[in-house]
Amino acid sequence: MAMIEAEGLTKTYHVFQKKEGLLGALRGLYRREFKEIKAVDHVSFSIDAGEMVAFLGPNGAGKTTTLKMLSGLIYPTAGSARVLGFTPWRRDDAFRRRFALVMGQKNQLWWDLPAADSFQLHREIYSLPAADFQKTLDELTELLGVERLTRQAVRELSLGERMKMELIAALLHNPRLLLLDEPTIGLDVVAQVAIQKCLRDYHARRGVTMLLTSHYMRDVEALCSRVLVITQGKLVYDGPLSGIVERFGQSKVIRLEFAEGQVPDDLGRFGEVVRRNGPSADLKVGRARVAEALGAILDRHAVADVVVQDPPLEQMIARVFEEGRASHDAA
Amino acid sequence: MTPPDAVAIEPLVPDRATAVGPSRPRPPARGPLATSRKYYKIFRVSLVERMTYRGDFLLGTLLRFLPMVTTILLWRAVYIGSGSTDLAGFRYREMVAYLLLTHISRMFSSMPNLASGIARDIREGTLKRYLIQPIDMIGYLLSYRVAHKAAYIATSIIPYGLLFFACRSFFDGLPGPATLAAYAASLVLSFLVGFFFEASVGMVGFWFLEVTSLLYIVMTLNYFISGQMLPLDLLPTPWSGLLKALPFQYLAYFPAVVFLGKVRGTDLVHGLLGALFWAVFFLLLARGLYRVGLRRYSAYGG
Repeated sequence: MAMIEAEGLTKTYHVFQKKEGLLGALRGLYRREFKEIKAVDHVSFSIDAGEMVAFLGPNGAGKTTTLKMLSGLIYPTAGSARVLGFTPWRRDDAFRRRFALVMGQKNQLWWDLPAADSFQLHREIYSLPAADFQKTLDELTELLGVERLTRQAVRELSLGERMKMELIAALLHNPRLLLLDEPTIGLDVVAQVAIQKCLRDYHARRGVTMLLTSHYMRDVEALCSRVLVITQGKLVYDGPLSGIVERFGQSKVIRLEFAEGQVPDDLGRFGEVVRRNGPSADLKVGRARVAEALGAILDRHAVADVVVQDPPLEQMIARVFEEGRASHDAA
Repeated sequence: MTPPDAVAIEPLVPDRATAVGPSRPRPPARGPLATSRKYYKIFRVSLVERMTYRGDFLLGTLLRFLPMVTTILLWRAVYIGSGSTDLAGFRYREMVAYLLLTHISRMFSSMPNLASGIARDIREGTLKRYLIQPIDMIGYLLSYRVAHKAAYIATSIIPYGLLFFACRSFFDGLPGPATLAAYAASLVLSFLVGFFFEASVGMVGFWFLEVTSLLYIVMTLNYFISGQMLPLDLLPTPWSGLLKALPFQYLAYFPAVVFLGKVRGTDLVHGLLGALFWAVFFLLLARGLYRVGLRRYSAYGG
């Protein structure tokens, strides 16, 4: 069953263009110039129940705008969406009881009060039966390992602990769909991994559908088997994470360690030398030419060790983004 | 004696330092001695904090009444100067009682930070939570405000009681039960009119990002046209009638004159119905503006 179905979603913003300086500001008083910005441009996709999908894209690509449309915060300029069978921007209570949106940069908890008080408020808002609420709360605090922190004022918690509290608050009403906008933003690696683990465990336990945006490839690699890549408001890739490597990773990196104690001078003949350090070097070679180049090198030189790798995923994603931008500029 | 805040700040800092960060190991503050010391600290901090707030609150209440001394003296001079004992139906003692009573009205009808809070929610996007969660913003704000007011009124009973006791010579004792009931109703209505009026003002934030100057104008004007400065009856004929037709009289003037027994019979019923009308009017206005504003917000912002 499809949890989310987006069909040609489009969002155009009118942005007021402000001129520089005092004169420009004065001119702006009686004549305003607007620029149309297509934040999201005919985006269509479908997500099934229980899937964990990542939304990737550079800043301003339209990820958050899409999430806002799917959670009903804003109307699209064109296109349609069905989320949990509802049209999100109608904001039916039945719809709002079944999903949750967590924004890493905004907190919903009361700053000066212990998280437990905010949780109680959520219980009231979602009118959850006391027994169910307590059961879910105990389960979540145990899962996230924060049993002892719920009575502490939120402002005194670390960023990672606060994010865990935000997650608990969002999950108290057992949503069937969880939308996460940059859930690990600003967190250190330890806290990031902790949040990833929580999300993974929760997903395994409840089978909740998740759609998350993130800048961190680590989040995506750890959590999602399927990714949607969006740049300049357009969906440029929809498929498994590994597919990105096949589609956009046109080269591989051969890491060589030479027995001769130094890197031979003619290595540049076989490909691009991207790193050189004592007896070892990294050679970038087109995917199709890996075997050929490796054979030639092994023929000529004594090689102590060799590893063939895909370039880091971050680099590939950056390539995808750049291509998206280039095709947009050309159009 | 040590000033209370100096005591309050000191134990807070080490507490917070140990609480922050999962990566930082907690110091081994175990054992019954450490635990009891910790709880003693928490107890002391909470107590001092409470006391600081109480002190601040008491002082604030007293300071707010300090201008009353000048006002009382001023009105005495006015009455002596005019040579009559009655100004627009108000005797000198009634005049002072009226001005004291407007403070009670405002205790119910003033809404600090309501309009500016709504405008801030719109500007900073915290409005989102009302859209995502199954909750109505105006309903939420109303219940929050009722709780806030109840706590405020409960804590003000002592200072206000003392003040009114000190000023008891200006009153002719308590009015009868029927008038008291009408007075209570007028206070509840003044709360509702005040709440929905300010909520409507806050909704303007959907169209203008900054509402501070608008609020300033409204508040300044309100002080005069709600009758906090002087009873509206004192104004010349077209003006007093006009101001009594506006909703603002219900924020200060109306409850005070009900208590003083100046409005009776059908006038009283009309007055209460008028307050109810304006409460409903602003309720609908706030709702309407919220709906239209939300449509705009969802189309342009978010």
